[in-house]
Amino acid sequence: MTTTTAPRFNLFWFSSPQTFYPLAGRLIPWFIGLAVILTLIGLYISFAVAPTDATQGESYRIIFIHVPAAWMSMFLYVVMAFWAAMGLAFNTRLSSMMATAIAPTGALWGRPTWGAYWVWDARLTSELILLFLYLGFIALQAAIDDRRRADKAGAVLAIIGVINVPIIYFSVKWWNTLHQGASVSVKGSSMATTMLWGMLIMALAFWMYSIAAVLYRVRTLILERERRADWVRELAAQGRLK
Amino acid sequence: MTWGSWDAFWSMGGYGLYVWGSYAMVVAVVAIEIWQLKSRRRAADNEVKREHARARSSA
Repeated sequence: MTTTTAPRFNLFWFSSPQTFYPLAGRLIPWFIGLAVILTLIGLYISFAVAPTDATQGESYRIIFIHVPAAWMSMFLYVVMAFWAAMGLAFNTRLSSMMATAIAPTGALWGRPTWGAYWVWDARLTSELILLFLYLGFIALQAAIDDRRRADKAGAVLAIIGVINVPIIYFSVKWWNTLHQGASVSVKGSSMATTMLWGMLIMALAFWMYSIAAVLYRVRTLILERERRADWVRELAAQGRLK
Repeated sequence: MTWGSWDAFWSMGGYGLYVWGSYAMVVAVVAIEIWQLKSRRRAADNEVKREHARARSSA
């Protein structure tokens, strides 16, 4: 049968669903806790510490969720494409499951990002395309019955779609858009320090939430796909699936 | 940052609907995702249980 001792410093030990499942289960409460704490700190800074913006008044206060949500929608796409590519290259079960688990959370951050006021602006349009890429990935995988073929087709779509991420990022530079330019870049920030801190802490909070959500979803996917495997049956028999 | 009163806080300098609407949108999508995560997990748990019962009855 399987060995129970983990070889040290071997990442591949956790690349099998059987070993990753309990690990993810142990990690989830920590990421939820961090997400809650960081959200509370972030909201406090956003509404009680950060000053009124000189030009945009109080309306600017949406940036504390708007910018982190936009970052998450782009970054999660790249992470999803990475796992999809890993699954395609190494045929590892968990990689494709990770990609599949990330897609809905990525789409979630895409939705509030482009928000209620719609114009055919380069930034908004490219972000809308990102949302369609997420939805297309989910729909394509759902449409193919054979799991391996579904993973492969999804992976190809995800990888091709990566081209859209730099387009979103640079859209405010390349085209003359309604959306304001980047306030934060590698060279520095044009914002008040407390505003920047509020944004960064909220971004971290969104990160922690997204990791927890993805780990939770990947555990469900593992159960769905491996429910006939011996190790799942053993855990079920012992009542240790949670 | 001092708001002076709760009214001033909720009105957000006249952008109350826009600012609080955006935050409500995030709360709503996160709540929907958590609900979806939980219901899908419950369905998977039931599938595993069914599989387990089937394996037991055939053994």
